[in-house]
Amino acid sequence: MNGSRTQILAKVRAALAVPNDPHVRHGDTAEAHMIRSGDRVAAMRQWLPLVGPSHEDRKAVFAECSAKLKTRFEVVDSPAAAHAIIAAIAKEEGWQSVAAHATGLVDAACAALGLPVVLASAGYDKDALAACAGGITGCLALVAQTGSVFVTPNSAGGRALSVIPPHHIVLATRAQLISDLPAAWEMLQAAGELPSFASLITGPSRTGDIERILVLGAHGPKKLTVILVED
Amino acid sequence: MSETKIIPLQQFKHDSAEVAADGDRREFLRTALGGYMNTRTATQHGYQDWEAARSGAAEIKWEAIDRLPELLEQFEANLIKNGTKVFWASDEEEARQYILGILREKNAKHVIKSKTMTSEEIHLNSLLEAEGFDVVESDLGEYIVQQNKEAPYHFVFPCMHLKRAEIKAIFEKIAACPSDDPEALTMFARQQLREKYLRADVGISGGNFGIAETGHIAITENEGNARLTCAMPKVHIAIMGIEKMLPRLSDLSLLQPMLGTAGAGQRITCYNSIYGGPKKPGETDGPEEMHVVLLDNGRTTLLADPEQRDALRCIRCGACLNVCPIFKNIGGHSYGTTYQGPIGAVITPHYKGLQEFKHLAYASSLCGACTETCPVKIDLHHHLLRIRRNSVSEHPPLMEKVAMKGFAFAFTRPWLYHLGTPLARLGHWLSKPIQGTKLDPGYLWRKTRTLPDMPKESFHEWFEKREQQKKAGK
Repeated sequence: MNGSRTQILAKVRAALAVPNDPHVRHGDTAEAHMIRSGDRVAAMRQWLPLVGPSHEDRKAVFAECSAKLKTRFEVVDSPAAAHAIIAAIAKEEGWQSVAAHATGLVDAACAALGLPVVLASAGYDKDALAACAGGITGCLALVAQTGSVFVTPNSAGGRALSVIPPHHIVLATRAQLISDLPAAWEMLQAAGELPSFASLITGPSRTGDIERILVLGAHGPKKLTVILVED
Repeated sequence: MSETKIIPLQQFKHDSAEVAADGDRREFLRTALGGYMNTRTATQHGYQDWEAARSGAAEIKWEAIDRLPELLEQFEANLIKNGTKVFWASDEEEARQYILGILREKNAKHVIKSKTMTSEEIHLNSLLEAEGFDVVESDLGEYIVQQNKEAPYHFVFPCMHLKRAEIKAIFEKIAACPSDDPEALTMFARQQLREKYLRADVGISGGNFGIAETGHIAITENEGNARLTCAMPKVHIAIMGIEKMLPRLSDLSLLQPMLGTAGAGQRITCYNSIYGGPKKPGETDGPEEMHVVLLDNGRTTLLADPEQRDALRCIRCGACLNVCPIFKNIGGHSYGTTYQGPIGAVITPHYKGLQEFKHLAYASSLCGACTETCPVKIDLHHHLLRIRRNSVSEHPPLMEKVAMKGFAFAFTRPWLYHLGTPLARLGHWLSKPIQGTKLDPGYLWRKTRTLPDMPKESFHEWFEKREQQKKAGK
């Protein structure tokens, strides 16, 4: 059962049999040529916000974006230092349980925290997940250009874990800090079969729907903490 | 939203006059929209070359339109490969019935929706509510206007016309709402909706882009409500127009940030996600079933117009509404359409009838601010002119023709013109007591405008006198 597939496609083909009006379709700009025949990704990189070539450049842009987005961005030189930051947050916010998924950096952080863990990767109970004040995940990458955390089901424990708990803490390694959006999508495609879900998380959940006043934590996390472990 | 038959032109005239006369509301709108423009300009400066990015984005969307049949087929094939069911709907009825069918088949009771303008277009909520389903909008603005039983005011900022006290009053009807502080109001909605996500049987979303290359839909949002809608329920239905195609996944690198920048002045919005099918083996969570409804509903009619098919490249950022001097003064509801502002005025006559909606093309100063701001360079203000031209050639306005003929007749005969000036002066003087009242033959024009007094002598008379004085002086 696919509805009016044949009719719609026939209408689309018939419509396009009449060529575009040249007064409207301006295909002769330099940019249009770059998109059509050149290296389109290289072209986009000349237009999008600039990120320098070194790791330090990427860190600087990510930090700058984070400040604007109200993401807390911490760079530490060991997992132990990351654990200390998480422990301080959990204490301050009075966490009773923590949501997480089974992966290297996150496992160690949860073990260090010593709170009951709701493992999203083990087929979780919705209400138990919703009761967690914090969630700790890994990520596929951090994108410097926009200050985004790039998550997929395998790298960040599925679809719900990174959006249900009010405080989302992300752990990333030095190599995971990448430069820009084209690199993020390239990375996803290079990893083989595409997942059913991927998301660029850019700051804590937000809304300005009421009188244009920014409110964090509209539906997703009210707080986002990104910890880059440099060792 | 109401299904009663209203005459669009009458409704437009009535509603726009009402808002235009409400100084407070207009000031409120102007302040809000002005704020968006400021942040947007600042964010554009963060790009290395925003103007070049516009040309590039324009070309990508042109490519999508030029190759639409092939991209749609590729998109469908990849969706199916990813385990998604695809349904093609010619019109709103077909789409409504398909969605209703799924809800019935799944024995669903609770439906959670994330913002989707296509579902507004097909009036899905009214159908599902009438069929007894519990349907809740989850985007904060949409939730507020749904509770207030009205349509979105602006297709990106649905409740931008409401002030905090009004929103508090709307919420009070649901439960006790302690404060009218935006933070408290947002937390009230968060609490109300959190339970809805956890219990919903079906999630319904839209889609900002359809990636032909991979069979994913892309959703751009800020609140996380779409993420929850696509994560928690067992069934996910996405409705999208057939024009939403993008050839490649990498095209998102340019279009997603530009959508956030043009629309709300953000470098990129908070959540930019792709969804390609139900939960895969080895993945933790996600729906067991995913459906994509591809909607025509007039789009192929617009596509058949080689001049205006350009408008199908729209990415619905809302920037043209934010800069439009008409939108600022008449607000969103006056349009009486799902899509407001310049883009709404261009596409609605194609979707719903040229003669019924041609008046929207006249509600424009043709200043071109919309065209100048559009991130994909749609030739908006010229399309408004083209709509005027087409509507006139289809239905020539007889009275105007007669008036113009009379005008030409008088203005090519100096004796008649000279006879006319003192008569006009007399007429203007005589009509003064009734000016702007319903007795005034020029009522429609003069109820809001004062005609200046005519000078005591015309230029002709003055010139002649001057020439005579010159001669006499010699």
